[in-house]
Amino acid sequence: MKHRPVPNAWSAASAAEIIEAHDATDGPLLPILHDLQAAFGFVPQQAVPLVAAALNLSRAEVHGVVSFYHDFRSEPAGRTVVKLCRAEACQARGGRAVEQAAVAALCVPMGETTADGAVSLEAVYCLGLCASGPAALVDGAPVARLTPDAMVDLLREALP
Amino acid sequence: MTTRIYVPGDSAAVAVGADAVADAIRGAAAAVGREVTIVRNGSRGLFELETLVEVETAEGRIGYGPIAARDVPGLATAGFFDGAPHAKRIGKPEDLPFFRRQTRLTFARCGITDPLSLEDYEAYGGLAGLARALELDAAAIVEQVKLSGLRGRGGAGFPAGIKWETVRNAPGPQKYVVCNADEGDSGTFADRMILEGDPFLLIEGMVIAGLAVGATKGFVYIRSEYPLAIRAFSRALEIARGAGLLGQSAAGGRQGFEIEVRVGAGAYVCGEETALLESLEGKRGQVRAKPPLPAHQGLFGRPTLINNVLTLAAVPFILSQGAQAYADFGMGRSRGTMPIQLAGDIKNGGLFETAFGVTLGELIDDIGGGTLSGRPVRAAQVGGPLGAYFPRALFDTPMDYEAFAARGGLIGHAGVVVFNDSVDMARQARFAMEFCAVESCGKCTPCRLGAVRGTETLDRIAAGSAADLVTLEDLCETMQFGSLCALGGLTAYPVMSAVKHFPEDFQVLQRQSEPALQVD
Repeated sequence: MKHRPVPNAWSAASAAEIIEAHDATDGPLLPILHDLQAAFGFVPQQAVPLVAAALNLSRAEVHGVVSFYHDFRSEPAGRTVVKLCRAEACQARGGRAVEQAAVAALCVPMGETTADGAVSLEAVYCLGLCASGPAALVDGAPVARLTPDAMVDLLREALP
Repeated sequence: MTTRIYVPGDSAAVAVGADAVADAIRGAAAAVGREVTIVRNGSRGLFELETLVEVETAEGRIGYGPIAARDVPGLATAGFFDGAPHAKRIGKPEDLPFFRRQTRLTFARCGITDPLSLEDYEAYGGLAGLARALELDAAAIVEQVKLSGLRGRGGAGFPAGIKWETVRNAPGPQKYVVCNADEGDSGTFADRMILEGDPFLLIEGMVIAGLAVGATKGFVYIRSEYPLAIRAFSRALEIARGAGLLGQSAAGGRQGFEIEVRVGAGAYVCGEETALLESLEGKRGQVRAKPPLPAHQGLFGRPTLINNVLTLAAVPFILSQGAQAYADFGMGRSRGTMPIQLAGDIKNGGLFETAFGVTLGELIDDIGGGTLSGRPVRAAQVGGPLGAYFPRALFDTPMDYEAFAARGGLIGHAGVVVFNDSVDMARQARFAMEFCAVESCGKCTPCRLGAVRGTETLDRIAAGSAADLVTLEDLCETMQFGSLCALGGLTAYPVMSAVKHFPEDFQVLQRQSEPALQVD
């Protein structure tokens, strides 16, 4: 399985660079947060005051945005991130059984990361693969026609 | 001579191994010294056939599907490079009844052309709408959109021409065109297919919209759950810029136009137009109270035209073929075609574009071929997570905004999710409340608190407390009439339709038929 690129360790200098790169962007906060997360794997707490200062916002406002959106993480994710669709079309195609199989195989509930940091199992509501479900995004790559067995195989590859 | 082979690059194909199929075909071709060009087209939209490989032959494009990478050596041995027979040969895809029965105006090119080839786009009629728009003044373009009867395809069904006119007449030093590509409704994927399979169509529609309302800047807000669509559309923008379709020379040099992609961050509510604008501005995706309308004070306080992908993608046809040609399709006040998305437990799942008026039953039983699982159909949810559940008894409802509204439902973005007889409707009702609780932006109380209380109430009902059905009804009414936007306002639809049409799952019938005191 392809893993996501290993995130960089926190560096105030590279965070400042990322923020500066959006100097000319209108409404730059979401693009900046996406880029910070791409670089560090999550939005580090240390980045919040830097962003706030650059955009003339309060730290509370930046925190408010980071915490509002499901995508932004405040702590690192597992080495593999599995986003499993829980929405109606996938339910109608057996999604709940796939979800149960994933939870049982990893021994973590939806929304959590295995203790060894190997896999984060997250809920997502629709991937636009509604006639090919159950579907998931595995490190950003779409996977469809999942069965409980296929899900377990897929997770086994990610586990050490 | 090189053989052109089509292997879809659509998410639905990639998700079942299309990339590996493309690699295997390259390998098989190299092994026999055959020169091939592999085109990563969009999907034609019948997903059971994915990966649908097509080979260009003298007789036309011959399809083979569904193909997995492991099938490729066998295909090569059978001679598929020349369109030879094989168990998985389906002939010309366009001859399949699923495709023959469609009226593809918006999806005319999707699955056929190379999505990233402007030459292909023009060869199949692209840019004709823009050329026509350049012959008209702004008022005349808006008039065409009005005459076509086009209504917003995002869900609300508001007349597009009126919106365009309002923005055109709104004074402002800067106006914006915003495309809502935050397609979050379960059971829908038409926006995604356009972004991946015919991105220039959306670009053309937005440039025309810019001309019509006097905007020079456009934003396309794509949800982060669509990584391939983001990649494909961003690439198409670069190509369009390179060709002068965007930038200073856009729109024939009459006015510049630039488009920027913005990526969402996993908030369903950002599909609501004012929440989307907040998000674009870099704020929490919270709904704004209306008025002011986005047409008057939208993005950064400027007049903003905000339309769904399918609305903007319908415009090039309307301009190139004339408003009447579009309005000739449809029924009542629902004019034109609707790209309907058949999803869930359905045999022929996928994209079916047709004129308004087709009934739900025709779509599910006839075109869709019933369930994939082979079990009987029990319910269909139309219009996403905020759409009503329809029982078989209502399958004669035609796809028409008013007809669905009259039966307590909505078309929404035209996703149809089919459920078989194993579905527990009380569980679906609970899910609707749970989803609303997860995705509520928190701005208004009926939605923020109502969804949580609704989940709890449904749990009590499931535990046998039939009296709580009255509480649920009250709560739904409060949410429906007290919420700021459709998320809280329409969650009552799936919940109450489930209660009304499937009372047996809520143990209502059973309890009513049991007398309180048994006499004998």
